[in-house]
Amino acid sequence: MARAVSTRRTVVFTIAAWIVALIIFFPILYTIITSFKSETEAIQGFNIIPSGTVESYAAVQAQSNYFKFFLNSVVLSLGSTLLALLIAVPAAWSMAFSPTAKTKDILMWMLSTKMMPAVAVLVPIYLLFRDFGLLDSRIGLTVMLTMINLPIVIWMLYTYFREIPGEILEAARMDGASLWGEIVYVLTPMAVPGIASTMLLNIILAWNEAFWTIRLTTTNAAPLTAFIASFSSPQGLFWAKLSAASTLAIAPILIMGWFSQKQLVRGLTFGAVK
Amino acid sequence: MGKIILKKVNKSFGETQVIPGIDLTINEGEFVVFVGPSGCGKSTLLRLIAGLEDTTSGIIEIDGRDVTGEAPSKRGIAMVFQSYALYPHMSVRNNIAFPLKMAKMSPEAIDKKVTEAARVLNLTNYLERRPGQLSGGQRQRVAIGRAIVREPSAFLFDEPLSNLDAALRGTMRLEISELHHQLKTTMIYVTHDQVEAMTMADKIVVLNAGNIEQVGSPLDLYNKPDNLFVAGFIGSPRMNFVKGEAAKPYNAPTVGIRPEHIRLSKESGTWKGLVGVAEHLGSDTFLHVNVEGIGLMTVRAGGDFPVTHGDTVWLTPDETRIHRFDDAGKAVR
Repeated sequence: MARAVSTRRTVVFTIAAWIVALIIFFPILYTIITSFKSETEAIQGFNIIPSGTVESYAAVQAQSNYFKFFLNSVVLSLGSTLLALLIAVPAAWSMAFSPTAKTKDILMWMLSTKMMPAVAVLVPIYLLFRDFGLLDSRIGLTVMLTMINLPIVIWMLYTYFREIPGEILEAARMDGASLWGEIVYVLTPMAVPGIASTMLLNIILAWNEAFWTIRLTTTNAAPLTAFIASFSSPQGLFWAKLSAASTLAIAPILIMGWFSQKQLVRGLTFGAVK
Repeated sequence: MGKIILKKVNKSFGETQVIPGIDLTINEGEFVVFVGPSGCGKSTLLRLIAGLEDTTSGIIEIDGRDVTGEAPSKRGIAMVFQSYALYPHMSVRNNIAFPLKMAKMSPEAIDKKVTEAARVLNLTNYLERRPGQLSGGQRQRVAIGRAIVREPSAFLFDEPLSNLDAALRGTMRLEISELHHQLKTTMIYVTHDQVEAMTMADKIVVLNAGNIEQVGSPLDLYNKPDNLFVAGFIGSPRMNFVKGEAAKPYNAPTVGIRPEHIRLSKESGTWKGLVGVAEHLGSDTFLHVNVEGIGLMTVRAGGDFPVTHGDTVWLTPDETRIHRFDDAGKAVR
């Protein structure tokens, strides 16, 4: 029997939830507010009411080509996501439906690579990229972003595929479906919510990745993360312009995340409750 | 079409031997039931025939063709799973059509077959629904429809009625039996429910720990069980077993007598006992009687036999229905 929740309790919890959400969102909110200030306003101290000027946005666009960075971010995010899925779907299928004694160990080992700080392999990776001519290239960055997020993509897909009853795939086998047919006609349609959530998460991770995108690019393949970094100059931080650049960088992914929040939440919490 | 022969079929999972070498012949058009307790290997045997598991050794022949190494879809058989295994993202129509689509049949031919199967199984009004919108019985019929359209030489059923309630189970049992009479196709049916086995089978294969204990018609197994295991497994309630001194008058170390073959009296009889729990089923009453020198025995009484807990009663077995077993548990006839 559901507990009766009083109106007062609901109001208290709602207010508390809004306060927590505002605290978490505040840094981003203040960045957006600051982007609509002049530089003078921006250094004058804490003020949540901007003058509304768009001079910072104009300066940012004049100083650099925002759309080139934006395009690179899109190409790198989507490219690495598609490449990761191409590798991860068969890998997760194999682990979920034909596990061996070593399957769990392999999964753990893959995830363990995420525990290592990226800076530990900065030099060898940089040298490899240099020697293979991959520095400042979209292909190089796409491969890099694929590799760093692959463990998470495989793990998420593995947990989704485990939820699919094996008997359904056996039924498909009895019905004459080849291995590829099983994946295309049965597994993928059933796993679409899981695949979609995994794709969204990977796009976000790739879009926000700053360490490798800044260090392995200069001009041609630089995405929005490098765009933001270019506004922290040795002369000091131009807060308003930096805020404008940051807002321009995060706006697309924020909007995408807003529209796909249901799938994202489902993806991140799937399997938590039976 | 539909003759299946198993020759020394053996299945091991690592070190564990689940099926230790089985020889079995299933004739064309037979309704054969594999029955046995949980873990006896009946589902494994079915999956070996289906091709969903590989044999460790041995040969499986279907219609004279060695299919041991062949893929499930190439064996000419269709399977109905315990959980129905319907494709949840497809409509009933597409579920039934799926095997025909995999066989690259023309859309017109597929449509014709699906419509006919739906008509036979009373699914015509549900063709555009998804499995999630159907009842258990309807889902079961869709699973059967998906099997029928393949026109297989044999149907395999893996405990198809386990997930249904008792009333629906009874109805579906009749429907499956009726289907068998209509199609006259070989059917292999796995169940742990011996009532299903007894009521549906032409031939029952009783399995225990991977071994075939006995193969025969339902009444053969009921009247002439080959050993203690079959005698105790077939028949509900279970056969009563009498050992030691009480069995001596019948010239065997162990004798068995079914609850329905014991006469009850309040005055006299062979064995004396005290009435314990009485199970009233309406048409019958089953009494659990604590018999001196034997232990607990189950007896079937008429619904109107007047008895209460603690009463003294006399049990007399029908001598013509006594089963005798030797020290190894084998029937002595």
